[in-house]
Amino acid sequence: MEKTSHLGMNRTGVDMSPMHSKAMLEGAERVPGDVEANQMLATRRQEMIMEAGTIGSVPMPGTLKGALSSVMKKATGKSPETFINKLGERLAFERMGVRLYEALITKCETLANQQVGAVFTIDDLRRIRADEARHFQLVHDAITSIGADPTAQTPDADVSAVLSSGVLKVITDIRTTVPQSLEAILTAELADTAAWELLVQMAEAMGMSDMAASFREALEQEERHILQVKQWYTQLMTFEAGGKTTRH
Amino acid sequence: MATRLFDAKGVPLEKQLFTWKELAGNTISKLDDDAFTRVRIILMNGIEQQANRFQHHCAMLNGELREALAAVRRVEHHQQTMINWLISPDHSPLETTIAYEQVAIEVTAALAQQEPDDYLAQTYRFGLLEDFDHMYRYSALMDRVEGKDANNILQSYTDIIPGRPTVEEHRAPADDLRTPYDRASANPISKMNALTLVAGEYQTRDYYMNIGPTFTDPVARQLYAEIASIEEQHVTQYASLLDPSESWLEKWLLMEATEAYNYYSCMESETNPWVKAIWERFLEYELGHLQVVANLFQKHEGRDPAEILPTEMPDPIAYQSNREFVRQTLERELNLRARGHQYVDKAQEGEASIAYRSQIHADGVPSEIIAAGYQWHPGTELSRAIRAA
Repeated sequence: MEKTSHLGMNRTGVDMSPMHSKAMLEGAERVPGDVEANQMLATRRQEMIMEAGTIGSVPMPGTLKGALSSVMKKATGKSPETFINKLGERLAFERMGVRLYEALITKCETLANQQVGAVFTIDDLRRIRADEARHFQLVHDAITSIGADPTAQTPDADVSAVLSSGVLKVITDIRTTVPQSLEAILTAELADTAAWELLVQMAEAMGMSDMAASFREALEQEERHILQVKQWYTQLMTFEAGGKTTRH
Repeated sequence: MATRLFDAKGVPLEKQLFTWKELAGNTISKLDDDAFTRVRIILMNGIEQQANRFQHHCAMLNGELREALAAVRRVEHHQQTMINWLISPDHSPLETTIAYEQVAIEVTAALAQQEPDDYLAQTYRFGLLEDFDHMYRYSALMDRVEGKDANNILQSYTDIIPGRPTVEEHRAPADDLRTPYDRASANPISKMNALTLVAGEYQTRDYYMNIGPTFTDPVARQLYAEIASIEEQHVTQYASLLDPSESWLEKWLLMEATEAYNYYSCMESETNPWVKAIWERFLEYELGHLQVVANLFQKHEGRDPAEILPTEMPDPIAYQSNREFVRQTLERELNLRARGHQYVDKAQEGEASIAYRSQIHADGVPSEIIAAGYQWHPGTELSRAIRAA
């Protein structure tokens, strides 16, 4: 496996072409900007924020179409659309999580060496993938139970997908290493855990204690994922930096 | 390498083959490859896009050429795919934009210096100073919105300083038109230079039109809208240099020769060995296309391709930093403006362009908003602030 950090002909910095860089800087210093510095960027952003619409809406749940579920009846008056929005986000994120782990498994199977094998196994990754798939199912059932549509993309599901699009790009890039991919999945796991904490609180506040309990179980699993991934990533990077690594 | 265009038969069309894995295979390294490797890739993608566009339009209006056009065009399409897919996926759209402007500056500067016709060379220098300013505006955008240094892409080959201010580049349509070269008397290299620049600017226009709406920042979206409009003007400008009395087949022949000449130029300057092998392979493919079109030209028009094409491959396009040439051009020609087909001092600019600007700038100008007070510094503006503290 290629090391994440190796020396080579990186040409991006000014030190790689001192003569050109000197000429470039001298030129830039001689010519000031042609418009006076001010807060134009912030001002235009403010104008546009004021004029903008929203990302989109939460789809109308079955309640408004006449198929009011018993669970949702309980939640009446407690802004169920916010809950549906966040459930939709979790559903989309867990579904993507399954795909992220599948891509990571392929990468690790291809690049794994003794060093990776000493830190974690492909089965470790498969177990986490299975957890993500179960969480997807859990949220799917929760959404269905309250009469909402698990196939709809809610606003926070959309925003969350934009947010995590970089994670997907890093893991599926054929040139990234195992530690680079682990760092990406760690970012996803950290966000995932915080989101499950919120969902547990929301379910409790809506009086859905069974749902809250099942969500708490998922949260505990996600917390274990963070600890594992963080430990693997740290061990691999420590090993690469010349330190010692130990089996987890 | 045969430099006599007619002697080289190239690879026959039926042997110009690809697999999907080849088309979407290895990529260059954003960090380690030379910036001019990326410059060549971006230009050749544009050249192939132009071949595709022209050949479709040609087929719409020339039934008897459709079969030959379809066969050549399939290969051109796959050549373009293989070239465009060389760009690695860690290039953000804005990083690729910086590279597009580097192409516009360095290739236009190189062609302006090799162009034998004074009016055409003047036109290239005129366009050069406008694309040069776009680099400054996009670099400010990259620094101020994404917190990145455009020079990580430019590798210090290309200056980041204001050129002819983008705010003043917006003109009335009639002021973007130029006097075409004369097909009977123009040097073949002049025709190929013009076609090269039309291709580069057209692709830049299309790229900005595709990626502009993918940005979330409102000023980024507006800056892309503004600069795409100038690229549209540049396409109008450069395309109006082509003699409209050339026949469809004459233009097709010239386009194939332009492609071959550009691959030859890329091959001569390429530093990455496996990318160089692609340029060599595609030069042979283009020589094959040239044979096909030369035969069609003789058959349908009864004319000798030697009337149109240079007998030998001209000197290759120089891929190098044109810092001094650009700075001299800035010093001498910054205040030039276009009025009809002519270049005049800014004091003589026509009313139509002034009126156009006053209308379109009524709600503010994105290129000014993003770059107010901007001065490039290695490692971004924030690095300058750290040094000053």
